Formats: sequence, structure tokens, C-alpha cells
Amino acid sequence: MDWLTTVDHKKIGILYLLAGAFFFVIGGIEALLIRLQLIGPQQEFLDAQTFNEMITMHGTTMIFLAAMPIIFGFMNAIVPLQIGARDVAFPFVNALGFWTFFVGGVLLNLSWIVGDVPDAGWTAYVPLSGEQFSMHRGLDFYLMGLQIAGIGTLVGGINFLVTIINMRAPGMGFMRMPMFTWTAFITSAMILFAFPALAVGLILLTFDRLFGGNIFDPNMGGNVVLWQHIFWIFGHPEVYILVLPAFGIISEVIPTFSRKRLFGYSAMVFATVLIGFLGFMVWVHHMFTTGMGPVANALFAVATMLIAIPTGIKIFNWLFTMWGGRIQFTTANLFAIGFVPTFVMGGVTGVMLAVPPADWQFHDSYFVVAHFHYVIVGGIVFGLLSGLFYWWPKMTGRFLNETLGKVTFWTFFTGFHLTFFIQHIVGLLGMPRRVFTYLGENENPGWTWMNQLSTIGAFVMAFAVIVLLINIVTSMTKPKTAKGDAWGDGRTLEWTIPSPAPEYNFKQTPITRGIDAWWKEKMAGNTEMTPAEPVGPIHMPSPSILPLFMSIGLGIAAVGFMYSEEWNGYYVAIAGLVITFFCMFLRSVYDDHGFHIDPKDDKGVGA
Amino acid sequence: MLKSLRGKAGLSLFVALALLLTGCAEQASPLNPKGTQALEQLNLMILSIVIMVIVVVVVFAISIYVLVKFRARKGDNHIPKQVEGNHKLEIIWTVIPIILLAILVVPTVGYTFKHDQNLSADPDAIKVQVVAHQFWWEFNYPELGIYSSQEVVMPVGKNVSFELTSADVVHSFWIPALGGKKDTNPGLTSYMHLTPTEVGVYKGKCAELCGPSHALMDFKAVVVTEEEFAAWVADMQEAPSVAAEDVSAGEEVFKNNCIQCHAIQPDAKSPVAPHLNGFAERGNVAGILQNTEENIKAWIADPDGEKPGTLMPKVGLTEEEIDQVTQYLLQLK
Repeated sequence: MDWLTTVDHKKIGILYLLAGAFFFVIGGIEALLIRLQLIGPQQEFLDAQTFNEMITMHGTTMIFLAAMPIIFGFMNAIVPLQIGARDVAFPFVNALGFWTFFVGGVLLNLSWIVGDVPDAGWTAYVPLSGEQFSMHRGLDFYLMGLQIAGIGTLVGGINFLVTIINMRAPGMGFMRMPMFTWTAFITSAMILFAFPALAVGLILLTFDRLFGGNIFDPNMGGNVVLWQHIFWIFGHPEVYILVLPAFGIISEVIPTFSRKRLFGYSAMVFATVLIGFLGFMVWVHHMFTTGMGPVANALFAVATMLIAIPTGIKIFNWLFTMWGGRIQFTTANLFAIGFVPTFVMGGVTGVMLAVPPADWQFHDSYFVVAHFHYVIVGGIVFGLLSGLFYWWPKMTGRFLNETLGKVTFWTFFTGFHLTFFIQHIVGLLGMPRRVFTYLGENENPGWTWMNQLSTIGAFVMAFAVIVLLINIVTSMTKPKTAKGDAWGDGRTLEWTIPSPAPEYNFKQTPITRGIDAWWKEKMAGNTEMTPAEPVGPIHMPSPSILPLFMSIGLGIAAVGFMYSEEWNGYYVAIAGLVITFFCMFLRSVYDDHGFHIDPKDDKGVGA
Repeated sequence: MLKSLRGKAGLSLFVALALLLTGCAEQASPLNPKGTQALEQLNLMILSIVIMVIVVVVVFAISIYVLVKFRARKGDNHIPKQVEGNHKLEIIWTVIPIILLAILVVPTVGYTFKHDQNLSADPDAIKVQVVAHQFWWEFNYPELGIYSSQEVVMPVGKNVSFELTSADVVHSFWIPALGGKKDTNPGLTSYMHLTPTEVGVYKGKCAELCGPSHALMDFKAVVVTEEEFAAWVADMQEAPSVAAEDVSAGEEVFKNNCIQCHAIQPDAKSPVAPHLNGFAERGNVAGILQNTEENIKAWIADPDGEKPGTLMPKVGLTEEEIDQVTQYLLQLK
């Protein structure tokens, strides 16, 4: 019950991580089924329709329901601690963001139970995703699920923007913020611009599908390429929304375990901002084959290549952070170290894809599949796993087992390269992506063993994930022994408070005197931060069940709209909206000033 | 410059390796170009691979050096010097990527414009109108008055200008051995051109997810000599004449059941399904099955079983009728 009503950013962070892990496992199972179908030519393990459903749900789930919430989980769990804040700016909205994401995700996966599953790919290109070519309800689950989950992401992004701008501890100027906070900040800004585009696209397609609109119907004057622009003007920044926080995690982990400050801090900040900006300028590189003409293709090719420059700056800064350091091979650091070359391999194929004439051969082939898995798994997932091992003690007061952790790293790392490296080559041999079957050796020499290798690699990765889950579960049974500065080499503010952090985070808001505030104090011989205020009662927001009910209301409304044609769904839709609006009404009229914790009172500590 | 790059042994190692691994794929690989555009695109790919391999090698080398040299040794508990950064180094690793990208950008932009030319008004180019359907390809030659499907025939050494569109969803027209792909967008028309340089039969595919049988939406690109092409054109312009008496029963079946969707006359566009003029000479049935008697029968008996989601229905012919119509189709030359 506590967990359903919580507005505490640390608990919401854990909820995000749990939900994200749950959907990550579902997406992973989908991936394994896909790989099983492709293990040999002309398999009949999955039929064509089911296969298309698998690829659609795998992509959608991994991006929106696994990567996104896990990133939000870390942002929630860590950003307020890193900036010396007692909570996020809008705790209630924060809870609402989680519950809308969760309801949206559940709604999307409900499609498996109903039996009408989205099947037009995670990009849902029209007209294939239109009502004329996808006649069952699957795509409506996609539209409604993502629309609701998108609300969560958007309000979450706004929340973090306000939090980071307004709630930094005294002395922490923007140029003293830890890198993870910086990346969370830029990511939030990108969410603010990118997610409305997605919301608009989803609404337009919903109108086409449910209410007979013709926005994307070429027979009625609509334009099919319009959807591609709307989708990618969201979809490309989305990649950076996901990867920037992973960069941030790497920028925390590598300095900690090298015992050195981040090399070129200001260049890293500059690179982050630049990547965020350029992320919005390059969406057309997903559409080089659409036929927009050479001028557009050439311009967007050059813009895309430019991203390599700030990214390169980051890579070399990480390497030179380790240079001259004292590198410890903890699991967290192994993932961070493994990230660097792996991500570079994904990055360079990105530049190769930015060459339009070459992209006309690469596009929609397995080369692209290899590329974006190198970026998304090699970049984002490695970053997130690194962050998981790094901040686990801060979040739970316990360490994850290092031996199991190293097993996870090595099997995941090996499995990953086994799965995806060979896909570059099978792509160059002409294997298109999203094919449910392919012909045998006579027609396609080499494809079979390459696909087999890929499938084996996928199962090795699955093994790594199982070991990780075992590690997490067993760690929860251990006593909470982690110290505040759990790794001994912490540099930023989250390591100045006990592990796990007390409900109010900081008994007294600390003064920060520089980059890596905690490291600076330690080097000056201090054992704690200088407080900026006297000890006094701490104001806390009250828990509330309303965010959960608001989200459930939206979920009910969505189901109502989807089935408006079959049964009197509009009544259901209205009932759902009434629930949501009534909750909003309650929230507006019922004044809740929260409560105070007296930090001298024992009950308050360690809550 | 690119040509000479490609000649150098070391640089084409990657390609050679890939080809070796696969026992020399003859048909459908971008690595084994049979057309001007594919060759130039491969050269660009090799140039970019070379640059990127350099980058990867440098990063790997620095990583390994750092990890070996600066790993924490037992008992060593020193605190390293806290380095703020180094402007010289940072400028170096900003400028070097800019130079590498500049090397790549020049040919990129050049070939982007060259390959994206619209040759639809070029009197020397063969014009082919491509209409993609779920899950088959329509190929019409408006200037030659030919309507065809599933196999696109081209003379070697000539520019072929394609006018691309789709009848239903977005597909993507791709003959890997001849050059890169371009989408076919319903309601819009786009253009591309290819210049085959070698006689042969090459695989063509749909590259954009277009429904259940996306993976089965194959076609053949048949590159022939100019004389053979002229002969093919003459043949296709002639109405198919069925000589043999014994297929008249099949003709009857066809007229009663198939003609609503499939045209066979050379001068008319097919209503909704593949044009069957010259069907007997095609290599494949439905783009995926070998063109044999059994496969034709299997296809007519259960199209959805061979190509899930296909619009061709089970017509409900008796076995005898299927037999007859198959004999008839095998006469359509």
C-alpha cells in the first residue's frame, strides 16, 4: 500500500526500475522468440503475422517500457541526491508520471491477452498502421498505450527540468553539477520538445483509425510521408534522450573507479548540450530512401556526421579520465569500460549510415539492426547496468554480489558481440530486416550460420540477465551494510548521506564548493559537508493514491475509445475520464500541506 | 581516387573476407556489385569503413593501454593527480574527426547528387514504371507499351530510369547487386536509376515492412544484352498466342476465374493482380517459388499457405481445373 501512494522520489525510482526490469524481461523473451524463428532458413516456429507482432512489441517495449523507465528510475533515485535536494519539484506529479507510464505499458501488453497485437513495426509507418491495412485493434493498443505512457514521460521531463533549475544546493552553479545531473537536465529538455511531437502523431493516427480521419490516407489527399517526419522528429531525439543519461552514468562511474576527476568537464558539458541540439537536426537520416531529393539528403547527411564530433570528445575524455588514474575493476566499472569501445563501434557505423548513397544499400538491412543494437544495448544498456551496480548500495543499503556481477558482465558482453557483430555482415550480404523467414544456402550463402551464431549469442545474453536477476533477489535478503560513501571513492553529494538515503535525503542542505563537492571536502580533510542551514523540522509532501486512480481512469477511457465501434465504448470512455477528472478535482480542492519530520526524532532517520 | 582505393589489396580485405566466408554470393549482395551505382556505393562504403576502422583501432589501442598501465595494483592506494583537462589534447581530438569527416563528406555529397538524378526525361534511358503491391511488383514500360509483373528486364550498359509508386502501403524497391533502394510511397512518385554492367539474373526485394508476407515480396532483375532485350520487347508486345489445342480447357477455366484480376494482353494494365503476359518464361511463381508445374498448382490451390496475407483467394477450382489452368499458364509465352 505504501508503494501505491508514495510520492518519495527514491521509492518512485525503485518502482520505475522494477517496472522497467519487468518489461525488459518481456521484451527479452520476445527477442529470443524472434531469434529462434531466424535460427535457420524457412523455419515455421512463428508464422508471419506472429513474427511481425513480436518485432513490433520487442521494439516498442524495449524503447518505451524498458529503457525509458529505467532511465527515469535512475534520474529519480539519484538526481535529487546529487544536487542536494530533499525531493523533486513536484512529488505528486512525479508519482502521476510513474503511474501513467505503468498503466500505458500494461495497456500495451494487454494486447497479447486480447489477441490483437500491434504488427506494423515500432515505427508504425502509415498506411500499414492505418485502419485499412491493420484492421484488428492491435495498433489501437499501440496508440493508446504510448499516448498514456507518453504523458508520464513528458511530465517527468518537466519535473526534472524544474527540479534541476530550482533546487540545487547553495554553491552548486550549473558548471558544478555532476555530469549525470547535466545529462538528466539535457535529456529532460529534449523530452520537452520531442514527446509533444509523438503525442501529436499518435493523436492524428488515432483520429484516422478511430474517427475516420484522412490525415495519412493518400486516397483522400493525406500524405504518408508526413507520419515519417512526425515520428522521426520525435524518434531520433529519443535515441539521445535514452543515451545521454547513459553517458552521464559512465561519466560518474569512470572517475569514481579511476580516482580521478572527469577529464575536460566543461568540454563534456558542451558536448552534451551540442548532442542534444544536433539530435533534433538530423531526423531525416532515417528517411534517406524516402525520395526527398539530393539536397535534403546531403544536408541531413552532413548534419548527422557532425554529431560524431561531440561524441568523439566524450569518448576521448573518458579514456583520458582513466589515463594516470588508479583503475578498479568493479562490475560497475567493467560495464563502463566495456561501454566505451562497444559504443564507439555503434557510433562509427552510425557515421557510415549517414552517407546517403551507402545508406541506400544499408537501410532496412541487418546492418542497421546491428548498428542500433550496438548503440542501444552497447550504449544504453551497458550504461544502465553500470549504474545499477554503482548505485545499488545507495538505493538499497546493500551491495550486489561482485562475483555474480562479473559473470553477468562477461556473459553479457560476449553474448552481445556474438549476437550483433555478425549482423553487420549478414546485412552487407543483403539480408533485409523485419523478415520472418529467408531462403536456404543455395539462395543465400552464409546467412544460415550467421543467423545461428546470432541466436546463440542472444541466449548467452539471456543467461547473463538471469544471473543478474538472481543477484538482485539474493542481495535483497542480505543485511544493509553499505556505508554512506559505499565505494569509498564517491565524489558527488549522494555519497555524503547514509545508504539507503533517509526519507528527507539531507538533514541539512549542504554547501557545495566545487565540482565533485564531496571529493573536495574529503581532500580538505572534512568528514562531512558544511551545512547551509541549521537543523530544523523538514517539510515533506503527503502520500496520495490519486495519481494511481487518475492513471487507471485514463486506462479505462482508452479501452472505451478503442472499442467504441464494437460496443457502447463511449460510455466506458466517459466513465474513465470522469474518474480522472474527479481525481484532479479532489487534488485541486483538497488542501494538503504535507507534514514535517523532526530530524532529531529517531523515527525520522532511515525511513 | 575511390577506384584506386578499391584496388589496393589491404583496403578491400573486409569485402574479400565477407565474400570468402559466404562462398562468393553470386546474386544479391551489395558487396558484389553488377551495376555502376552499386559499384560506386560500394566504394563509398569501403572509404567509410576504412576511416571508421582507423577510429576504432585508435580507441581500442588507447583503451587497452590505459587499462593495462593504470589498473589498480594490490596495496597501491595512492590518490592520482586530479587533472582538469588539457586544451591542446581536446582541440586535437576535435580537429582530427573534423578532418576525417571532411574526407568523407566530399564524395558523399557528390554521389548523393549523382545517384539521385532524375533521368525520367532522358531520351536515352529505358523507362520503367514500378508499382509495388502487397506482395508483388508491377513493372510497366510506358514508352514501349509493355505491361509486366514480377520480373524487370533491362539491357546491359543502359541507364534504366524507374518511376516508383505504390498501390497500397509503403514498400521499398531494392536490387542489391545493382544499387541502393528507394521507397515506393502511395500517393507520391519518386525516381531512381540504375545502370547494370553485367548480364545476369539478380534478386530484388522489398525492404520496407509491408505486412505479413513482407519477407516473401521478392522479384527478379533480369539483365540481358541489347539484342536479347529488343527480342524480349518484341515478344512482349505481341499478344500471347496459345497454339496447342489441349490447353483450351485451361483457357476456359482462366477466362471464367482469373481474368477479373490478371491481365494477359500486352497492351493493358492488369486490374489488381500480377500481369501474366510471358508467365511461362518467368523464373518464379509469385516471386518466391521455382516456376514448375507442381509449384503453380500448389500456389493456385492455396495461395495464402505459400504467401500469408496475399490478396489472391482460393478460387475453389477442382483438381482437374487446376491441372488444366496450369497447362494453360505454362503456354503463356
